[in-house]
Amino acid sequence: MTTTRIENESRRRFLQGAAGLTLAIYLPAATAAGGSKKAAGAAGFEPNAFLRITEDNSVTVISKHLEMGQGTYTGLATIVAEELDADWSQVRIEGAPADAKRYNNLLWGPAQGTGGSTAIANSWEQLRKAGASARAMLVATAARQWKVPPAEIVVAGGVVMHKASGRKASFGQLARAAADEIPPADVKLKDPKDFKLIGKRVPRKDGADKTTGKAVFTQDIHLPGMLTAVVAHPPRFGAKVKSYDASKARAVKGVVDVVQIPSGVAVLAKDTWSARKGRDALTVEWDESAAFKLGSEQILAQYRELAKSPGAVASQTGDADKALAGAARTLEASYDVPYLAHAAMEPMNCVVQLGKDGCEVWNGEQMQTVDQMALAKLFGLPPEKVRIHMLYAGGSFGRRANKDSDYILEAAHIAKAIDGRAPVKLVWLREDDMRAGYYRPMFHHRLWAGLDDQGRLVGWRHRLVGQSILAGSPFAALVKDGIDGASVEGATNLPYAIPNRLVELHTPTNIGVPVLWWRSVGSTHTAFSTECFIDELAQAAGKDPVAWRLSMLEQHPRHAAVLKLAADRAGWDTPLPSGKAGERRGRGVAVHESFSTYVAQVAEVTVKDDGSYRVDRVVCAVDCGIAVNPDIVRAQVEGAVGFALSTVLNGGAITLTDGRVDQSNFHDYLTVRIGDMPRVEVHIVPSAANPTGIGEPGVPPLAPAVANALAAATGKRVRKLPISADLLRA
Amino acid sequence: MITLNINGKNIRADVEPDTPLLWVLRDTLQLSGTKYGCGMALCGACTVHLNGEPVRSCSTPVSAAVGKKIVTIEGVGRDRVAKAVQDAWQRLDVVQCGYCQSGQIMSAVALLEKNRKPTDADIDGAMGGNLCRCATYVRIRAAIHEAAKSLA
Ligand code: FES
Ligand code: FES
Repeated sequence: MTTTRIENESRRRFLQGAAGLTLAIYLPAATAAGGSKKAAGAAGFEPNAFLRITEDNSVTVISKHLEMGQGTYTGLATIVAEELDADWSQVRIEGAPADAKRYNNLLWGPAQGTGGSTAIANSWEQLRKAGASARAMLVATAARQWKVPPAEIVVAGGVVMHKASGRKASFGQLARAAADEIPPADVKLKDPKDFKLIGKRVPRKDGADKTTGKAVFTQDIHLPGMLTAVVAHPPRFGAKVKSYDASKARAVKGVVDVVQIPSGVAVLAKDTWSARKGRDALTVEWDESAAFKLGSEQILAQYRELAKSPGAVASQTGDADKALAGAARTLEASYDVPYLAHAAMEPMNCVVQLGKDGCEVWNGEQMQTVDQMALAKLFGLPPEKVRIHMLYAGGSFGRRANKDSDYILEAAHIAKAIDGRAPVKLVWLREDDMRAGYYRPMFHHRLWAGLDDQGRLVGWRHRLVGQSILAGSPFAALVKDGIDGASVEGATNLPYAIPNRLVELHTPTNIGVPVLWWRSVGSTHTAFSTECFIDELAQAAGKDPVAWRLSMLEQHPRHAAVLKLAADRAGWDTPLPSGKAGERRGRGVAVHESFSTYVAQVAEVTVKDDGSYRVDRVVCAVDCGIAVNPDIVRAQVEGAVGFALSTVLNGGAITLTDGRVDQSNFHDYLTVRIGDMPRVEVHIVPSAANPTGIGEPGVPPLAPAVANALAAATGKRVRKLPISADLLRA
Repeated sequence: MITLNINGKNIRADVEPDTPLLWVLRDTLQLSGTKYGCGMALCGACTVHLNGEPVRSCSTPVSAAVGKKIVTIEGVGRDRVAKAVQDAWQRLDVVQCGYCQSGQIMSAVALLEKNRKPTDADIDGAMGGNLCRCATYVRIRAAIHEAAKSLA
């Protein structure tokens, strides 16, 4: 990254018709392409445009990352505006086109996309340099025009000034002339102590449009002549269309066409309601000979069986078996988590317009490179002929970053089946969305621990059973020696000082339920099993859960710091006020690092005699390096608490019976409502470290913190999510 | 052909009477600020006002809206209470993905029109039908209190 070079894009007339300064960042191709020699071809450098300053005095930041709620548009623009010394009100944000050469995720190598809480982390230096270079060029332009030394010029709040002569100019006034400037070879970045926007409360850029109904999502796209498609999907994963009768569907007013595609039968109509009525009027016979027919109970039984034997070794330190055999005391427990649907508020959808020599796509686009390749392959087009417009996404939580481009290809197949005669908007109704799979995988965890006669943890064995997300995907090469890192993250890097430990993995391959990353991926279940088990061990060793964890975190000061801060702010050392008659109360803690961000949470719960419970308060401490926008950091953690709480409370599970998904909508897949929401406090550890992600890391500690609190309140340890109230009766 | 009164204007639409109001607004009239989330009155994303009452437009046949005053997120901001709600939402940066927020705001406005000093319990009651998968609930609650204060 230190080799990032800035060039002036406007001199190359890259963006025709935009009068003013367009700054591009040139990365040596070897860096831009993740070290690939081949990409460092004849041209040597590829442009990377992030910033445009125009004569109307607007500063447009081009975001290569998807805004799906996590505040990335605001965060990325803040970084540019900081180094540019722009006024926040003049800053606008625009989504970048699909172009991996210019807009790749620097932490992903040659691919463009948003995920793994990387948006701010990978853009930090890139965008600071973009902003600082543009600033230097505006200063150089002013210096030339005013015939004063550049060093005497100051920039603040979007105004370039020369104090001694009293001259000033807006960015807009200088933009045209600055476009002829040669960018500085080396640019000095600000000392963090001089930050004016970073670390301060800066309002979100999408707040106004999202409170007035003006924000445009994929669902809102209307193109002339567009048809809306609703699809009849198979009742089980792996089933196919055998035959269908569309006569009744075609008779529905507004229905224009019915086509068969690989994933089902699509009804195209002038509007969504007619398409839905048409879909419901279809008769489809399914070929279920290759369909997956197990229920979740049978899958779990298989996983339990597998957990009896050793799996592939994911990580190993010392000799866990020997330590367990020689321990003064051993404990064993198993934990289970179900499949989970992402259930983003905006069900999956996509608009595809297929033309003679290219196609255009409108989508809450999360993984440009994978989707562009998949579409190019289907249509027989060169990838650059696949133009993708990245719109706001109404949530995603991982679902829109589909490794198989599932719903995007479905829309594309429909467009192809009608030979591109009309633009097609594919709409998944909630039921389609919930039953389409690509769930957070179900996992079974079995853990063993050995304590010595002083109550110290000397041995640890952790065996996981669950499907691989990466296997069979474009990312399959990341599976090494049978270990999918996405299955064991959070388990193999357990921070506690345990001299002997072993993490093993079973990856069943006979389960036909499609699985995918789901907000914080492997840590959704590894944090639950490890942080609950640690709590059980603390109890067995007769130690305080916070003090005991801290005693094993000497080598991990960032874990220790968030744990101390959360405990301190929650009043861990003071007794929890007792509840009303018939109420039991408890406090629980968990700490977990994911995506290089450290989060500790203390949850307080109240449990009634009948076992029903509520989470009253959650105190969070976060270390995400420099908090670019502390208010968005807090908002993400508040939201993560609510999102994760849906996996704890009753009804937060996807289950199968004979291969059919039992849930279909928000009456049987229950997600947290306002009345379930606890009070949430978020405390941010001051830091000078480079920023890391915040979209996901607030999720993992919540379920174990609540489970530990419930155990503290009731003396009953529930090792299965969601946590059933029946098991907590007095 | 039916006539609907939407945001103070009479608009004619050629639709089947059993079509849910949601799809008439979104697809026929291209007032797409009102969102689809579940189609079963479970999520509140489609909330609009019918004679001042919050209703789920996904489960209201358009025929039931004829002769009534329909207000959507596109038109609600002209009202003083709604303006206060939208301002509070922006001051506290409530939104995340934003997809549920049209519905949240329509429900919050309806609450404050009737109850200028809602308690947390009143808020939980009035907003319980509006899901937010981003779980912006902490700020929704705070923003309703903030709007109530600014209206006092
Ligand atoms: S779409 Fe109407 S309540 Fe969900
Ligand atoms: S803001 Fe995303 S669903 Fe509410």
